[in-house]
Amino acid sequence: MASEYKLELKGVSKSFPGIKALDNVQLAVRPGTVHALMGENGAGKSTLMKCLFGIYKMDEGEIYIDGEKTVISDPDEAMKKGIAMVHQELQPVLARSVAENMFLGRFPCHRIGPLKVIDHKKMYEETEKWLKEVNMDFDPKAQLGTLSIGQMQSVEIAKAVSHDAKVIIFDEPTSSLSESEAEALFKIMHTLKEKGVAMIYISHKMDEIKRIADDVTIMRDGTYIGTWAAKDLTIEDIITKMVGHELTDIYPPKDRTPGEVVLEVSGVSSIHEKSFRDVSFNLRKGEIIGFGGLVGAQRTELMEGLFGIRHLSSGEIKVHGKRVKIKSPRDAMNAGIGMITEDRRGTGIFGCLSIKDNVGVSVYNKFLKCGFVLDHKKINSVVEDSIDKLNIKTPSIREHIANLSGGNQQKVIVSRWLANDPDILIMDEPTRGVDVGAKHEIYEIMKDIANQGKAIIMISSEMAELLGMSDRIYVMCNGRIRGEITEESEMTQENVMRYATQF
Amino acid sequence: MVKTKRQKVTDFLINNGVIIVMFILVSYTGITNDRFLTGNNFINILMNMSARLVIALGISGCVITGGCDLSAGRMIGLAACIAGTLLQKMDYSGKFFPNLEPLNIIIALLIVLAITGAFGSITGFAVAFLHIPPFIATLAMMEIVYGIALIYTGATPLGGYTEEYTSIATGKFLGISYLIWIAIIIAALVWFLFNMTRHGKYMYAIGGNPQAAEVAGVPVKRTMVLIYMIAAMMYGLAGFMLGAKAGGASVNLGLGYEMEAIAACTIGGVSVTGGRGKVSSAIIGVAVFELLKASLQYLGVDANAQYIFIGVVIFVAISLDIRKYVAKK
Repeated sequence: MASEYKLELKGVSKSFPGIKALDNVQLAVRPGTVHALMGENGAGKSTLMKCLFGIYKMDEGEIYIDGEKTVISDPDEAMKKGIAMVHQELQPVLARSVAENMFLGRFPCHRIGPLKVIDHKKMYEETEKWLKEVNMDFDPKAQLGTLSIGQMQSVEIAKAVSHDAKVIIFDEPTSSLSESEAEALFKIMHTLKEKGVAMIYISHKMDEIKRIADDVTIMRDGTYIGTWAAKDLTIEDIITKMVGHELTDIYPPKDRTPGEVVLEVSGVSSIHEKSFRDVSFNLRKGEIIGFGGLVGAQRTELMEGLFGIRHLSSGEIKVHGKRVKIKSPRDAMNAGIGMITEDRRGTGIFGCLSIKDNVGVSVYNKFLKCGFVLDHKKINSVVEDSIDKLNIKTPSIREHIANLSGGNQQKVIVSRWLANDPDILIMDEPTRGVDVGAKHEIYEIMKDIANQGKAIIMISSEMAELLGMSDRIYVMCNGRIRGEITEESEMTQENVMRYATQF
Repeated sequence: MVKTKRQKVTDFLINNGVIIVMFILVSYTGITNDRFLTGNNFINILMNMSARLVIALGISGCVITGGCDLSAGRMIGLAACIAGTLLQKMDYSGKFFPNLEPLNIIIALLIVLAITGAFGSITGFAVAFLHIPPFIATLAMMEIVYGIALIYTGATPLGGYTEEYTSIATGKFLGISYLIWIAIIIAALVWFLFNMTRHGKYMYAIGGNPQAAEVAGVPVKRTMVLIYMIAAMMYGLAGFMLGAKAGGASVNLGLGYEMEAIAACTIGGVSVTGGRGKVSSAIIGVAVFELLKASLQYLGVDANAQYIFIGVVIFVAISLDIRKYVAKK
């Protein structure tokens, strides 16, 4: 039976421990169209695409290609069935040539006697042919690492086309492209449209959606909201539909009165052109400020810059009115700044060490006898106190941190910084991967820290958290601060989204 | 999770596999050969362990940070040669510096430690600041140190040491050789360093997660330099001890000891992926090695075939050790 749709997903549900990531979601894509899939961070767009591509196994749901029911259990099978994905973060083999990347895992071979040998000539010719197919013209022998991100993306697309893909998923393809590179991408997409390829396009950039999408499907909190023709929707409509719901009240009341300015950042720029630029803001004593924005807004990069993990090319940082030079996390700590990073596993915990060592590592300087011998007794009592205070669930402080739940691990990292006692604490996605109960506890801890006269900078991609916790909100987009929201009454999702999409 | 009795037994066997195998081998050797389980032989094994333990303790710091140190063996050779040239008897016919009065052994030792320590800090600098992988950086240092030792000695073997120097190996305190005392003191100092100082804690943190260590304000670079410097000083001490024990030295003294020390550390439970390892791990590892060598010798295993046994033991021991961590997930 022929179908109007090239690809249909019906009733897709997917749960992760503790969260229902997708709940009965549907999507139907017509051939020769661009179908935009939209939603806030964490709405479940990427999860849905990973289910389609066989990276995740869906709990429930059906996939139809050309009206025929099918099952996709791994990416290889997806590719064989004509589905290709251009990833949000490309993962090519940078050290090898364009052609080798194109044909990775399926090198054309010819036989020389008993040996199978890679047919380089054919590989280069084919690569050239497919690159032409997407209007690209560069040397197939060039090392991939020497290309720009946009060019690498074209290679990925050419690879998808060479697989004879009928459905191509673009997961935020323009997030790291310059304007002219994005233009080139749209041209390619136009060519693909004419070839009858169905494209699923995930992006936060409203103007792009208006320009290239034919249909729009909107998701929110893992549920399907609806599908509309793109021309029937205004940008305002899209934002309202994406944001939708009311916030529940799990946040402690904001009854703080911030004091004098403790941190003043002016004109700070990254050494990388595509990262944060010319950022200025301030932070007061006893205040929690929130940094909102979409994925790729460079909020994390900015904070890592302030904490000395990344390098700044210009700008000035003043702590308590005094200019400070921060070249390493240690400098930042000496200036009274602490930071809880976003990537808990990568840059937070020491998995093979105990809770005690995880808390102690940045405060050993404070617990010394005779200037160099560690005072284990004192350290133990500090760590035990904070386990009580933060309600960390563990049999003992000797337990390996890797054996704790995400929420408890996060609380251990918070204890580390409480023991360090900085005046300014940067918290990057403080409740990511944390269950609801622990979330609430972390909010209470944040409130206590602020009430003690410290100041907190919070990055949050969770809208409710951003609005619920912040005394003031800065919204970033494309490496710049696009707006500051100071009035409680102005703190709405619509306002944040408006600033966050000002590319 | 509640474990059944049977699981507990299996866990115990896996966790202590190497020690159990060693115990069986030693018992068997003891039963079949009545000269094996004697006080004399025991002291002998401890004597052999002493310098090896000092080397293993030095190298364990490097391994705990996820690195290694291939220069250890050559550093031992250089240290033994330098000590030898400074501590020869006046009336020895082949004296290296004919007119040099033998130095006080403490001064000679300090000179050795300063030289190896300097080379170690260069290695550490290359690893920490130039981001050269430890395998390569220490490989380069291995070549450099060997070349220096060759040029310094002109490749001539040294001998005719003063009695003061050789008495380190022959002399006893409370009936136990100085060599063993030195190893005990070093083990205690290293235990203190690893457990009671910031340096030790920083070392484990860097081994566990270098990025997180940086973010937590650990002085990663300085700690790395210190680790390689301290390790090299310990190789220097080991070379000094080995020279005294042998009563002579050549540039090839210590050849391959770094490999055995790394293997001993891993057998004892220092994780090559970093972050894990104790002083007791190095002691167990070195003991396993020396007991194995002695047992094989007493059992009359062909000296060449012993290498095969040692290789097999490394395979078995490490695969058992890895199981511990795999099972934990």
